[in-house]
Formats: sequence, structure tokens, C-alpha cells
Amino acid sequence: MALLGQGILKGLGVTLRHFIATYTEDLKYWGRDAETGPRYLRRQSPKAKGTVTIEYPAEKAELPENFRNIPFLVHDTTLDEIKCTSCGICPKVCPPQCIWIVRTEDPVTKRPVPQPQKFFIDSTICMNCGYCAEFCPFDAIKMNKDYEIAYFPGQVPEDRLVYDKAMLEHPDTYHAALHPTGWAREMAEKGAAAAKKGGAPAPAAKAAPSPAAKPATAPAPGAPKPSASAPPPGAPPAAKPPSAGAPPPGAPPAAKPPSAGAPPPAAKPPAAPPPPGGKPAPGAPPPASKK
Amino acid sequence: MSTPTTKTASLPLAQLTPEMAKLQEKFGADALVAAPYDGLLLNDPAKLLDVARYCRDELDYNMLANATAVDYAKEGYIEVVHQMQRVPGGGSPITLKVRVPRGDAVAPTEPIPSLVSVYPGAEFQEREIYDMYGVSFSGHPDLRRILMWDGFRGWPLRKDWREAYYEGETKPFESRWPGGNHVLAEERVPWGDNVEIPADFDPFTYTSKPDGNLYETMGVDVPSISSASLAEMALDTNRNGIADTEEMRTDRIIVNMGPQHPSTHGVLRMVVQLDGETVTDVKLVLGYLHRNHEKIGERNTWLQNTPYTDRLDYIVGMVNEWGYVHTVEKMMGIKPTERAEYLRVIMSELTRVESHFWAIGFLLNDLGAFYTPALYFITERDLILDLFEAVSGSRMMCNYMRFGGVNRDLTSEQWAQMRELVWDRIPRKIDELEELLSDNEIVKARCIGVGYLPADRSIAYSLTGPCLRAAGVPYDIRRADPYGIYDRFDFQIPTLFGADVYDRYRVRIAEMRESIKILKQAIEQAETNSKWGDIQAGKKAYTHRVPAGQAYGRVETPKGELGYYIVSDGGQNPYRYHIRSSSFINLNSLREMTVGSKIADAVVILGSLDIVLGEVDR
Repeated sequence: MALLGQGILKGLGVTLRHFIATYTEDLKYWGRDAETGPRYLRRQSPKAKGTVTIEYPAEKAELPENFRNIPFLVHDTTLDEIKCTSCGICPKVCPPQCIWIVRTEDPVTKRPVPQPQKFFIDSTICMNCGYCAEFCPFDAIKMNKDYEIAYFPGQVPEDRLVYDKAMLEHPDTYHAALHPTGWAREMAEKGAAAAKKGGAPAPAAKAAPSPAAKPATAPAPGAPKPSASAPPPGAPPAAKPPSAGAPPPGAPPAAKPPSAGAPPPAAKPPAAPPPPGGKPAPGAPPPASKK
Repeated sequence: MSTPTTKTASLPLAQLTPEMAKLQEKFGADALVAAPYDGLLLNDPAKLLDVARYCRDELDYNMLANATAVDYAKEGYIEVVHQMQRVPGGGSPITLKVRVPRGDAVAPTEPIPSLVSVYPGAEFQEREIYDMYGVSFSGHPDLRRILMWDGFRGWPLRKDWREAYYEGETKPFESRWPGGNHVLAEERVPWGDNVEIPADFDPFTYTSKPDGNLYETMGVDVPSISSASLAEMALDTNRNGIADTEEMRTDRIIVNMGPQHPSTHGVLRMVVQLDGETVTDVKLVLGYLHRNHEKIGERNTWLQNTPYTDRLDYIVGMVNEWGYVHTVEKMMGIKPTERAEYLRVIMSELTRVESHFWAIGFLLNDLGAFYTPALYFITERDLILDLFEAVSGSRMMCNYMRFGGVNRDLTSEQWAQMRELVWDRIPRKIDELEELLSDNEIVKARCIGVGYLPADRSIAYSLTGPCLRAAGVPYDIRRADPYGIYDRFDFQIPTLFGADVYDRYRVRIAEMRESIKILKQAIEQAETNSKWGDIQAGKKAYTHRVPAGQAYGRVETPKGELGYYIVSDGGQNPYRYHIRSSSFINLNSLREMTVGSKIADAVVILGSLDIVLGEVDR
């Protein structure tokens, strides 16, 4: 027969351990942020002890590459045109039907021109499912990571909840900074397609390695061991992907400066395809994965 | 009653199982005929009770798994579908169908016999059928609307009913492309011609007594609630709204708990009748979160439904998606790849762990241990959600499963993080959870013997999930009707016999340990048996051809059995999309668990059921 109250004492021991661990953890890494990475990264890892609090908005959690919120349209900076061809697949797959597209018509021939004249996304309806980006055959629509989209009434422009083309369009450097591995895959696919098209006969095209085009053939991760000595999550990201802070709405796309860490669009030739480990190609900003 | 006949001859008929043949033998082959696609069609609804009783007593189909209806508007009838299953025997359920003429748009149909006397678990489901389809049931103890409010006009799931901002029968809508100028829905249909207001409706003289109807079922005499009578009641100091049925006045009072009550886990309203502190009756008012999910599902294309299922029970989105894609894959006859099967199991078991962390944390909240235990386990849950976010893009609204596969594979970094969670962090934290709570004298005093519901009553009330297993019934869909690749893993179905709140808590802890066991096997097998990145069978497409037919697919969510009853007519959209939600049906038994206990325990008992209102109200 256990002593009455023993169970309660045991439980109180657990809460006491939590309480103390919170402070010892802080003391252990006192002033060592430079070598161990920012506090919130450590505090969020499975190795963390004690209480976990990210002091938003002073600290912001690092978002993984695949994080998704309202979509945006990609503007090809080398060709200086919007990538969207207004093919109509995204409004067809959109579950809550929040995408509206007006297709451009040639004023003379009345034939459709592969460019959207108007493009609306109703952010009050969008459910952030990511289907539009997933099924877009032109990589023209991608999911944004900007989650601070609330606004006060009276802020301009008035209609900030319905995003029009000007608000949706972002340069491809912005996309590259947000989704480094996705961008590298797109570039590799483009490079492979160009190599195929570029006069080389079929056998040569076959021999051309395009592993990133077929991620299925990439090597399996083997048996990654949960090694206790996993390196700390790298150096702190030099430049945060522009996940926070909306670009000024209504500004022309060219006026939107890409984030400092974004690779220049010139660095386009098929970069080395990233291994499944998601180690970014040199020059690309570190993937914004939570560790 | 005349039975509507249709051109059933042209449709493929159900294959007869031995049990169905036995039923036919007993009741005659012309009374019970094979229905199109699946199940038996009972020609004379009056015999329904006899057939159900025979199913339960002789054939041992002792639990009503699912009851729903399908509106065949063109043919002019509504088909009521009952599915019975064997607990704990398992196997696929037996389907029994009854047809009833549709009647008109406002009045309910001719009544069919209610199954509540045979399967008490039919109570809420029949009320839902009445509410959504206007099918009337004779012999039902409390046939009122359940999700819509009393006084609502029309039957929202009938094919000819249109919602307020109706735009088209099926998605995608024409107006979006290529001439898609954005228009707000409320500007386009400002309560337009799809809203029908009765001719005799006058807002200035209209009085309703919706709560009067409810209170009358609890023995309270509320003649009619109008401003005049309320004033009268306020003046009359002798009456407090309770009928004087006894000589001595007692203080039976009605307390409305909710809908904005923190302990009701959402917008659930419990109307509790109290004698002192003892609960003498409980009625639930549901539907505050009702958004007619099933109607939305019938307007959506097959693909578009997957993200909506995340919003059902938003704690366990991954499992909901699996249930849906599992059912549709069954109809399409496709199989996911090996890698996708493993990823589905991994995600689903991680979901089970995080959902049980949540359930136990908030059970403690209900006991009065505010926030400290809950937040300790939300921390662990968050680490799992971080993984979901990294792989799917969203913490809770994952939208991860696709027909024939999943959306994305884990990177080796994420894989290592997952291994660390499964091998080290989560087992350690489950131990800590037990240390914190299992021996705690206060937890024991508040939980042991509270909310008792024995095994036979649990089965009768169609209770599923951890609550049923805490009553000594080892019933789990993963073993009883295996789906996915659960037959490859070695795991137990934790079963305890207390049938009270404490054993429901302990069953959840044991289930988390079993989930860790499954996860370890699945992760190791996935590393050796499957190819990285091979996540999609066939070509990824956004349109799907689902052959005409119907299927009932089910999975074991952390809350119980989640079933999808889907009817396809071969088109781009489901013809009928019904969700058998465990949270909703588990609430059937709340009354029997609660009556006789104290008001403070009512909150704990509700917490032990672990409901999520997104799934209750749909």
C-alpha cells in the first residue's frame, strides 16, 4: 500500500524538473548563440528541455520550405513576363473556388493569348491547400509563406482581401529564396529540357543525367541514424527568406526587391540537383527547415 | 405503404454473403432482394424491426455501424441505409436498405420504423437523417432536428435543396475561367431566388419556441416562449419553469452548459437537468459548427474533397484523409505504392500519438488541473506537428494523401528527426506523463468509477474507439477489418475492463505505446522495403474517373471508427458523400454515462469521450 499522496508528490517532481530545466537550459547556452544558433531553434528541437516558448513577434519560428499560405504568381525576370498562361487548371482544381482568371484576347483576331488579363485570389475563401501550385504545369503559381496578412480597416488599398494580379505577382528570385530545393529542381528540369531540345540526338539526351527531373530515382536515404551528435542546425541563416512582411501591395513587380540571400537570376544554369537531404546547392540560401 | 420500384435490373446487384443468404432464407427472397452494388433491399419497411432484431440476435451483428440516407431525386425515393457490424468479431458490415417515397419539399415523408429500440445508437443518426432528408421515423423517442435549428424549413441534403449562396450543382464553376471577374458571393446572390420564405411568414408577429420543444422533452412545461409569456413568467414568482409533478417542490433546475463553455471542447451545448448537484437528465444541442460538409462534398470533385476532410476532426487531419482516399481507392480499384503505404501508416500513427496527448492534456483541464499538464503535452504534440508541417506544408490542414499515394516524401533530415522523436523523445515523454498523472490520488479519486458504461451498453450505443476498448471490448478497425498494411505489424489492441474515465485514460496511454511499436516497425521496414520518393501510383492527375458504385470504407481514428459512405454515379463528383463520424455517434452514450453523477463529473465524462466539434457537427 503506497503512502497516500505519493502519486501527487511524484507528479510535483515532474513539474519541478520542468521548471528547473527551463533555466538550466538557458544558463547552459548563455551567450553562445553565435555557435549554437538562435535560441528558438534550440528550444524547438526534440532535444530541448524545459518550457518551450517562442516569443512572437520578437522571435519568429523558422518556416519549412514547404510551408504554404496564400498563393502568388511567379514573374520570370529573365524574359520579363508573367509565367502564367491562364490555362485554367488552378481554378478547376481549387476546392473552395477562390481563383478568378480573365484570359487575354488578341484585340484583332479575338484569339486567346496565353496570358492572364486579370487574376484574382480571394484570400477570405482560400483554404491554403496548395493544389494550384501542385497541379500548375508551368510552375507559374506557388505558395507564399507570408502569414501576417491581417490589416486594419482604412489601410490602402481598400480591397486587400481580394488579391489582384499586381498584388499576386512576385519575381522568380522571390520564389527561389522561398523554395530553394523546388527552384533547383525546376532549373534542373529546364536545363534537361533545353539539353534535349538543343540539337542533341536522342541517345545523347538519354545519357544526359537529369536526376532531379526524376526524384524517384534519387538514392534512398538509407538508414539515417538518429545520431546524438547531429551537428547543430548550422550557422544562423544569414538572410531570412522574405516570409514575413508583405511586399508593398500594388507596387510593380520589378520594384519588389528580392531578399538579400536570394541567388541572382543569372545563377540559373542547372545547379547541382540537391540530394534528398535537402542540402542546398552552394549559393542558395539555407532551406528554411525547422530543426 | 407502396414501395417505389425502379430500374434496378440494369444495375449490377450485390453479391450475397452467407449471412445475407440466411436473412433471405428467413424473410423470403421476394421480401429481401439483393440491392444494386451492395446490401439487401427490404421491400416492406414495416418489417425493418424484425429484420434488424434477427440480425442482432441470431446473426450477431450487434452494433449499428452507420445509418444514413441517399436521395434518388430522379427516381423519386430516398434510400435509408443501415450498416450493422459484429463487435468484437469484425469483418465487413452487412448493409440493409429501405426505400421511402420523397414526399414534398416541406413535410417529412411517411414514417419508417425507427431502430432505436433495437440499436440505441441509432438515435442521433436517425435524427440526422430526419433533419437532412426529412425521413420520418415511427417509434423514435425524440425526433427533432439535430444539426439545423428547430423551425428550419427544408431538407438540406436533398438533391433539390440549394444553399444560400448557391452557384452551381458541381464544381468547378463556370464563372471562374476564362471570364473570371471577381464578384463577391453576397453581391451575386443577395439572398436571391434560392431562398424561399413561406408566404405566411411575418417577422413582426412570428414567435418560435425552439427551446420550448427541447425543454418539453425534459419534462419542463414551457407553453410557448413569447415576449408576453416571458414577462408573465418573470412576474409569477411561484413558477420557475419546471412542472409541478410532485407534491413537494424540489429544486430541479435546468442548466445550459455551453455553447461557449470551455469544458465542452468547442461549441457544444449540454442542457443538464439537476437535482441539487446530481444530474438527472442531459440533452445535447448540436449544430453550432454545422456547415453541411456532406453537401459541400457532393458539389466538390473527387480530388477537392481531400482538404475538406482535414477540417472534420481537425486534430487528426491525416487519418481523416486516409479514410477518404482509402474509400475512393476501393471504388477506383487502385493501390498506393509501397512507400506511400508506409508513409500513411507512419503519419497516421504519429497522429494517434499527438491526438492522445491532446486528449489526456485536456482531460486534466476538465479535472481542474488547468493548463500545466495540457501544455506539457501540447509541447510534444507540437514537435509532431513540426514534422507534419515540414512534410505536408501545414500543421493541421495537411492535405497530404492523394489517390494512389501521398503528396511528398520526407527528406533525410526530416527522417532523422522523426527517428529521434519515435525512438527517444516520445517514449520518454509518455513515461513522464505516467509519472505525472497515473498514480496521482486526485486523478484517481475523480476518475475511477466515473462515467461507467458496461460493454453491452457501449456496443448498443455504437460507441467505438478507446472508450469501447476501456469497457473490455477489443475492437479496433486496424485488426477487425484491416486496411492499408496494418496486417504486417505486430501490435496489441490495449483493452481494459473498468469502463470508466480512468481506464479510458489508461487505454489511451497504452495505445500510444502500441503506436510507437508500430512506428518503429514501419520506419525500419520502410527503410529496407521501399524506394525513396516512390510515392505516387500511376500518373498524378486532377481529374479522376470513379466507376459508378458505392462503398463504405473505414479507418480507426484516435477517436473511434471513421467511415465514409460514398455513392458514385460515374461522374466527376460524388453523388453521395456521407461521414460516419465517431465523435458524433459516441455522444449518443453521454446521457447514460452522465445521469446519476455529479455536475462536476459531467464535464470530465465528456472530456473522456474526447470529441471534436468539427467532426460532430460537420
